[in-house]
Amino acid sequence: MSRIADKFAQLRADNCTGLVAYLTVGYPDVASTVPLVSGLVSGGADLIELGVPFSDPLADGTTIQRASHQALLNGVTVDTCLDVAARVRAAGVTVPVLFMGYYNPIFSYGLDRFCGACEEAGVDGLIIPDLPPDEAEDLRQCCQRRGLDLVFLLAPTSTGERIDKVAQMGSGFVYCVSLTGVTGARRELSTSLPEFLQRVRSRTDLPLAVGFGIATREHVRALAGLADAAVVGSAIIDLVEQAPPHGRQDALVRFAKQIKS
Amino acid sequence: MSAAGPTSGDRPQVRLRETAEALGLPDAGGHYGPFGGKFVPETLMPALTELETMYGQITADAGFQQELSSLLKDYVGRPTPLYFASKLSERCGGARLYLKREDLAHTGAHKINNALAQVLLAMRMGKKRAIAETGAGQHGVATATACAMLGLDCVIYMGEEDIHRQSLNVFRMKLLGAEVKSVTSGSRTLKDAINEAMRDWVTNVETTYYVIGSVVGPHPYPAIVRDFQSIIGREARQQVLTTVGRLPDYIVACVGGGSNAMGIFHPFIDDAGVKLIGVEAGGLGLDTTKHAATLCAGRVGVLHGSKSYLLQDEWGQVIETHSISAGLDYPGVGPEHSYLRDTERARYVSVTDVEALEGFKLLCQTEGIIPALEPAHAIAFAARFAATLPAETVVIVNLSGRGDKDMHTVASALGVTL
Repeated sequence: MSRIADKFAQLRADNCTGLVAYLTVGYPDVASTVPLVSGLVSGGADLIELGVPFSDPLADGTTIQRASHQALLNGVTVDTCLDVAARVRAAGVTVPVLFMGYYNPIFSYGLDRFCGACEEAGVDGLIIPDLPPDEAEDLRQCCQRRGLDLVFLLAPTSTGERIDKVAQMGSGFVYCVSLTGVTGARRELSTSLPEFLQRVRSRTDLPLAVGFGIATREHVRALAGLADAAVVGSAIIDLVEQAPPHGRQDALVRFAKQIKS
Repeated sequence: MSAAGPTSGDRPQVRLRETAEALGLPDAGGHYGPFGGKFVPETLMPALTELETMYGQITADAGFQQELSSLLKDYVGRPTPLYFASKLSERCGGARLYLKREDLAHTGAHKINNALAQVLLAMRMGKKRAIAETGAGQHGVATATACAMLGLDCVIYMGEEDIHRQSLNVFRMKLLGAEVKSVTSGSRTLKDAINEAMRDWVTNVETTYYVIGSVVGPHPYPAIVRDFQSIIGREARQQVLTTVGRLPDYIVACVGGGSNAMGIFHPFIDDAGVKLIGVEAGGLGLDTTKHAATLCAGRVGVLHGSKSYLLQDEWGQVIETHSISAGLDYPGVGPEHSYLRDTERARYVSVTDVEALEGFKLLCQTEGIIPALEPAHAIAFAARFAATLPAETVVIVNLSGRGDKDMHTVASALGVTL
């Protein structure tokens, strides 16, 4: 079983909604990423998503756009991301780590070369918001060879046919986009979210993680019984942005603890 | 034949299905060989499928095609002339240069062919709101025009940089009732306007139709835009057969995203003797990083929903491009152009800012036609190329738009204060 599957089995056994915490690699600077990830994990994050920055993040709202832009200004490349992932492992982080990023940098790096490097760096899976299963066969094969999970996204607009396709092609978990829109913290959860999650749940046994707009403990609590985990991204980036440099790690520890409480 | 309304004989011919099937491309997944496809967030996948289905229906719907044909004739002013540019030809020495006068279409460029047809399609789909991106502003103006006439709400995304250099078109869009949203992310040009339009679409997909302005984006857009622009090539083919009595030897068109080029190329694809040449924006030169010559200098990547040639750095980050012409200032290109390039059915060259300005002045002086800076690239290449060709050679240049919008840019490039 993959590290991701193990984690979700454990979450189900504990009857607990997991926290998938997102950070853009190299934001606010490259040296910060490893300590910030350690902070999130010590606060209780169950999985880590490392954002691979891209020049044209069209599924992202302004917060993650800004973080990606800053990371690129900081000189972050795919190699930087692989190096940071390896250092996260070297720092003793044992929870599953996934890369979340757009397809072009991965395609440009070479699919098999990238997957090999991910395996070596201790990365467990990939989430690529602009790569639907229809275009993912080559990457899926590379992931399979390297023991990586390839996580696909579903949206409230997804039909039964689309859900089945993702269930069949994907592994690890299904990333359920909570709303029709881009990433970014929101006040309220979409009222149609329970119906959407039940629709997905009825067609697959893969764990469900809900992301886009999830920002508070109340949001996460509302997902109990509906999903296996919540993905928090923009709210974490906002915190990093607002905290003073020396207080960032503590802020993330407290935030993760609060979300999980 | 009905006494009321135009007859099929005097309406521009719209034969979408025939065009779509001419090459058998794209395939069912929206691919042109290794290019194209649908690289978009899952949220949009059902909308693309719906669009594909609706597009399939309207290509077989005589009522839709009749409505579109009538509008193209009476509203857009089609067919546009195929004009023998005798003075230009004389000046260049060599081949006979013909201009396909898309600059004479309503709103001043070929963009209206596609915008009008897509807004009609949006109405068929029951959408009340249309969004579009624009670079030079021509597609924005065309979309705003179609929305004003057909009664849809219209939002245009435009890079802040382009808003400055195309202020006249911004004013036109506002007059036509559109809301123009300034895009301040990234390079603040066309590619960022597309990103922002995609974000809007992903958010409002249930109510909103996205009118893509070029043969780019996820399937089925490259095919839809190609088919709607193929009216240019179908007319040109018929016109050249009538006036010259044979097919042309060359067709020359500028390529940014590639819609005017694909529109004039496509009906000639099966005519092996007709050579197709796309002219990209060479900016300050291909030996610099300041250009937008994607097919000449890019490598294959994925941007805005499809796989195609792309100007990118060694790490797969999209590069900020440069061209004197906002409409060509784009790091990607339509996937079918990539296919035509790799199969060598078409050839792609580049022309610098300085050369394009020379082409611009040449057409003003020889023919009394002020071209847009985009087709000025095609004129510049064709003028140079014509001189190397025998006198009986026939070259058609797609004059995709007129130059009013570029007066400020040209004046400033020539050191004139308006």
